[in-house]
Amino acid sequence: MSVDLNSRPRLAAGCRMGENNKQRVLLMPERALRLNGPSLEIVSRCDGKYTVAQIIGELQLLYSKAEPHKVEQDILGYLELLQKERALDFDV
Amino acid sequence: MPTAINNPLALVAELTHRCPLHCVYCSNPLELQSRSNELSTEIWSGVFKEAAAAGVLQADFTGGEPLARPDIVDLVRNARSAGLYVSLITSGLPLDEAKLEALVQAGLDHFQLSFQGAREETANDISGTKSQQRKLRVLQWLKRYRIGLTLNFVIHRRNIDELEEMLAIVEDSGAGRVEFASVQYYGWAFANRDNLLPTRQQLDRCVKLLHRAEEHLSGKTRIVFVVPDYYAKFPKPCVGGWGRKLMLITPSGDALPCHAAPVIPGLKFANVKNRSLREIWEHSEAFQKFRGEDWMQEPCKSCDRRAQDFGGCRCQAMLLTGDANATDPVCSLAPQRPKVDAVLAKINDGRTAGAELASPVVISADKINWLYRANPV
Repeated sequence: MSVDLNSRPRLAAGCRMGENNKQRVLLMPERALRLNGPSLEIVSRCDGKYTVAQIIGELQLLYSKAEPHKVEQDILGYLELLQKERALDFDV
Repeated sequence: MPTAINNPLALVAELTHRCPLHCVYCSNPLELQSRSNELSTEIWSGVFKEAAAAGVLQADFTGGEPLARPDIVDLVRNARSAGLYVSLITSGLPLDEAKLEALVQAGLDHFQLSFQGAREETANDISGTKSQQRKLRVLQWLKRYRIGLTLNFVIHRRNIDELEEMLAIVEDSGAGRVEFASVQYYGWAFANRDNLLPTRQQLDRCVKLLHRAEEHLSGKTRIVFVVPDYYAKFPKPCVGGWGRKLMLITPSGDALPCHAAPVIPGLKFANVKNRSLREIWEHSEAFQKFRGEDWMQEPCKSCDRRAQDFGGCRCQAMLLTGDANATDPVCSLAPQRPKVDAVLAKINDGRTAGAELASPVVISADKINWLYRANPV
């Protein structure tokens, strides 16, 4: 299942961001994912407004020392993973 | 000396042992706690605050039936304002549209609805109540809300052949998640075990069907399934390890490392009415009992998997071998594995290894002598 660059990811039903003891987490049924650095930057932008392309663009700027193509591939892989876990919906 | 412990991540809040259903697979203890001993709304509120302060992220409201608590909406609200993610693990009864609306407004994150079967006759037989139509109605109401939804089909020999029909219910519901939860043999389930364990043939068919369903539902519904551990090669890392991730509070406020822990003789449980949650987690006798590796026997003691599955389930070891320190006998490396093999041999028609079943196992139409879950006084 490939991710559409023009789609707008948002947290799926039952999923929300949380925090405990300064650690940001993604909360969902029976699971919690710790969010740090890149994962936090990606998930924070999954608000139904950013397109996937925009998320990639901003993170490429944020992580300017990293190779842009790798940033893109990592983000797409991470988004696809979260979609499979049912943590994200993609609005077209 | 037990190793350094991390903080608890999940709080299982057993709000009551009362329940409108009488499921034969219930994992509650045979000795159910009385209504008169249930913790008040205020005490639970304190527990939620202490849990969040101790690092807990998620509260699972369960029982018995959590909806049997008249203060359930307040409990949800209190847990949310304490900073917890709130799941309701429920039969869906008793519930009306106004109460469901109130629960969602109070901040309920996740609704996990149990199903005892796909067919009404099966569901009613297993639960000892006429509940199926009401559950299906709750599914329709839930479509109005954007909250997490899991359908939990409790799977065993008597309903595993209804899998396709179960999947149809899942698809119609639009649920993000479905658990095909193989019965685990504690409490009432243990008493009814020989009528519940599926056959190998049934499991093979189930696994094949679910692989196909996973592809079909990919991106829409996540499927969670594990075979009953009697059929596995290695044991489950029960509750993520004793005293490592989870704390369970009983209706009267006892703090347990897992729901079945009372089967282990000599364990004294601390109570949230007179000790802080953090103190109980870090220091209470029950939580310390099986932390670290000093308690392990061989083969666990020197096994490569011991940090992965922690020797399996202490309560299961107790139930099946009489020794809570023993290797969980479902493990293929356990000296007492033959005990489990003997149970499976009976279930799979008493045939010797190697003999094939000529036709699918016929499910007896005879009335089974179930031990139905009673209600506490």
